[in-house]
Amino acid sequence: MADVGLATPDSRPALSRFSLAALASFYRERFAMSVAVNVAYRGAVAIWIFVTLIQPLVFIVVWRTVAGEGETGGYTANQFVAYFLVMMVVDHMTFIWHMWEFEWRIRTGAFSPLLMRPIHPIHGDVCENLAYKVLGLIGVLPAAVLIGVVFDADLSGVGLGTVLPFLPALVLAMVLRFAVEWCLALAAFWLTKVTAINSLFFALTTFFGGIFAPLAVLPGWMQTVAVWTPFPWSLAFPVEVFLGRRAGADIWLGYAAQLGWIMLALGGLALLWRRATRRYSAVGA
Amino acid sequence: MTAAITVTELGKTYVVPEREGGVRAALVALVRRRTREVKAVAEVSFRIEPGEIVGFLGPNGAGKTTTLKMLAGLLHPTTGTADVLGYTPWRRDRDYLGRMSLIMGQRNQLHWDIPVLDSFRLNQAIFRIPPAEFRVRLDELVQLLELEELLRKPVRNLSLGERMKCEIAGSLLHAPAVLFLDEPTIGLDVAMQRRIRSFIAEYNFRTGACVMLTSHYMADVEALCRRVIVIHQGRLLYDGDLAGLVQRFAAHKTITVELEEGAKVAESVAAGLVHGAQVERTATGFTVRVPKTETPAVASRLLAALPIADLTIEEPPVDQVIEKVFAAPTSEVDRDG
Repeated sequence: MADVGLATPDSRPALSRFSLAALASFYRERFAMSVAVNVAYRGAVAIWIFVTLIQPLVFIVVWRTVAGEGETGGYTANQFVAYFLVMMVVDHMTFIWHMWEFEWRIRTGAFSPLLMRPIHPIHGDVCENLAYKVLGLIGVLPAAVLIGVVFDADLSGVGLGTVLPFLPALVLAMVLRFAVEWCLALAAFWLTKVTAINSLFFALTTFFGGIFAPLAVLPGWMQTVAVWTPFPWSLAFPVEVFLGRRAGADIWLGYAAQLGWIMLALGGLALLWRRATRRYSAVGA
Repeated sequence: MTAAITVTELGKTYVVPEREGGVRAALVALVRRRTREVKAVAEVSFRIEPGEIVGFLGPNGAGKTTTLKMLAGLLHPTTGTADVLGYTPWRRDRDYLGRMSLIMGQRNQLHWDIPVLDSFRLNQAIFRIPPAEFRVRLDELVQLLELEELLRKPVRNLSLGERMKCEIAGSLLHAPAVLFLDEPTIGLDVAMQRRIRSFIAEYNFRTGACVMLTSHYMADVEALCRRVIVIHQGRLLYDGDLAGLVQRFAAHKTITVELEEGAKVAESVAAGLVHGAQVERTATGFTVRVPKTETPAVASRLLAALPIADLTIEEPPVDQVIEKVFAAPTSEVDRDG
């Protein structure tokens, strides 16, 4: 028999040692795989993207009517259009769906194979998430332009000076929302039915994140509460930066809030993960 | 020699919610949750040497899968310790995960929608297998398991048997030194069962990997395992070789008598010689099931009194013995050798 082949190798890679190259090669493979899966199910992806467009369209129609010829919360009708368009793109880039999947993963034992690999399952989810987002942009961006033209979006505040600070705000928002919602997903280790808690969280995100309306339109007390939650930092903040509604120190303060929440979320995630895996009872697996 | 697996008083107790059926009970449970402790595994101890293939037997719910899951690091035990290759499994040290594999009958780690080879490549990245090593190992697995035609097909288009072969190959790409197999042949046809079985033997022979295997098919166990560990109701019942298991737990033996040509024996005569044990006539004689301790006496009486051409004494088939062991709960623990 060949010396290599099946024979257990004498020297094994130290999998416990962090290797950026190894992680990069995993991300490459896993991302390509997720793209392939999404392409295979392009019909379903197209429908999901279509669904993504419906909610902002409804909000645009409603808030344009509310604003009429004047202003509401500092927004004219056409500025509302711009706000909801950019929000649509930011929401698409930051949303995750894994909390809806975790219950199934745990109940069916689909989590077991993931736990036996010498890599944290979160990396696979990140790749899956990124692949869907990148592919989805092919539908979301042209749709945003089209809606903007049809509804005459007012993008007069947007320029290189707002797009450049928008990019880090968007990336931080993606990381933040992913980390927070993956924490939420881990609740499935304690509760077997997590749909209710997910729905509650989704409602809070819609209001405090600024999906339903710009925060400036909300009552004062709600704005105050919102600022102390992670929600606006993963949605409304990058939108406002893009539209030129935040400037100077305000932007830096926003980055700091994003980073602070990211650190909190990652710390919580590490703690929850340790407890969750202790608890895992590998049912059905 | 250092053992590959050392398990000491390993136990796992699940806490499960308990309530009566019906709306009323459901409402009561909202306020006051009643729970019950279920002992899945109770202080089991054993050692397995490198290179051994050990059959892990027990009826459904005996605690086999729970034990394997603890050894694979999926579950934290309630009591006891385990050492596999120098690691504590449930700490899930990445170096440990890179040296073991747990293959579960109907659980897929391969991605449903993409070709098998892509899943293998992902495993290559996860386990950091150098390209040259990956190619050689893949070639060998492809050849042994006859996977050539399957590599480029999406997993969802494979039959159950084909999928199982690919699952096994995927789990072995990183050349694990310890292999846990939970019902590897479940749901497969006889030919496929045989192929998987011979593959496991071949893998063990070539790599010296330690294999722990559960199966409901005694054919798997008889073909692969010289040693078996039997657990029942979470307790270790027997640990030793397969023949020893039969000797120990079989209460009866079967004596087959072939009479000389043309000879006839009245039933009453035969019944008298075997002291009331049940006699079954065959074309050329009869068979009789007698208690093990009486076998020599009965055999010699038969030989002395009847015109016998041939007489054989047989142990009952292994699966019958196992079935009986499982039917009668006992706390007896035995370790051969």
